[in-house]
Amino acid sequence: MAQYLLIESRDPLSDADAARFQELAARLARAGNEVTFFLVQNGVFPARRGARREQLARLAGHGIQVLADDFSLRERGIAEDRLAPGVEAAPLSVVIDLMESGSRALWH
Amino acid sequence: MTGKRTLTFVLMDPPYENARTTTALRLVDIAVRRGHDVNVFAYEGAVYVPFARQAPHPNAVHGRDVEQEDHPNPKDWVSAILQEAGRRGAKVDWVQCGLCVDERGAAECIPGLRRGSPADLVAFVASSDNALVIPTR
Repeated sequence: MAQYLLIESRDPLSDADAARFQELAARLARAGNEVTFFLVQNGVFPARRGARREQLARLAGHGIQVLADDFSLRERGIAEDRLAPGVEAAPLSVVIDLMESGSRALWH
Repeated sequence: MTGKRTLTFVLMDPPYENARTTTALRLVDIAVRRGHDVNVFAYEGAVYVPFARQAPHPNAVHGRDVEQEDHPNPKDWVSAILQEAGRRGAKVDWVQCGLCVDERGAAECIPGLRRGSPADLVAFVASSDNALVIPTR
C-alpha cells in the first residue's frame, strides 16, 4: 500500500477538471492506497458547509483524509466551524509532514 | 522532525500572478525551518520569482507612498528563505533554468542562486527523498 498526497488548488466551480482529480483520489483509495486530499488556495471553497459538500463527503467515505489549509480558509473568510462534515482544517505543514514520510505528492 | 530530508520543489509560475507562488514559497519556508535541504528548480515564468530588479512602488490611486504601500516582492521572500536556511543549517540549492532565463532576459537574480538546465532537475529528483511539481495549467 502506497501513500498518496493529492493537493487540490482549484475550485471545482471554476475548474471542471477538479472532479477528475477527486476521481483519481477515489480510485487510489479503492485500490487500497492511503490517500490524503489537501485543499489549498481556491481549492478550499467546496469545504464550506453547504457548498458541493457531497463530493468531499464521498471522498471521506472512501477513507480519504480531507484537509483544508487553514491559511487559505482565513484568507477567504471561511470559519473552521463552518466546514462541511468530513473536512478538517490543517496547517500547510501537513504537506511537508507527508513528503517527509514518503507520500507521493501530486498537485492540481 | 524525524530526520533531515532532501526535498525538491519545481516551480513554474511567474510572480505576482497566482497564489501558487505564495504557496510554493510557504512550503519551501516550512521545509527550511525544519532544517531540511531543499532543491528548487525554477523554470518558465518562475525564473522571475527571484529577479533582482523587482522594486516596491507607491500607490497613487490610494495616496500611499512606497513605505505606506509596503509592497511585497518575491525576491525578498526568496532572500529571507536563504537567510533562514543559513540559520537552520539547511541547504537551499535554487536552480534557474538557463533556457528560460535567456528567453526572458531574466539573468539578474538575487545572490545565492545558480543557473542550470533541465539536467539539474533530473539530478534533483534522483537525489531527493521526495519531490513536488507545482505546475501552471
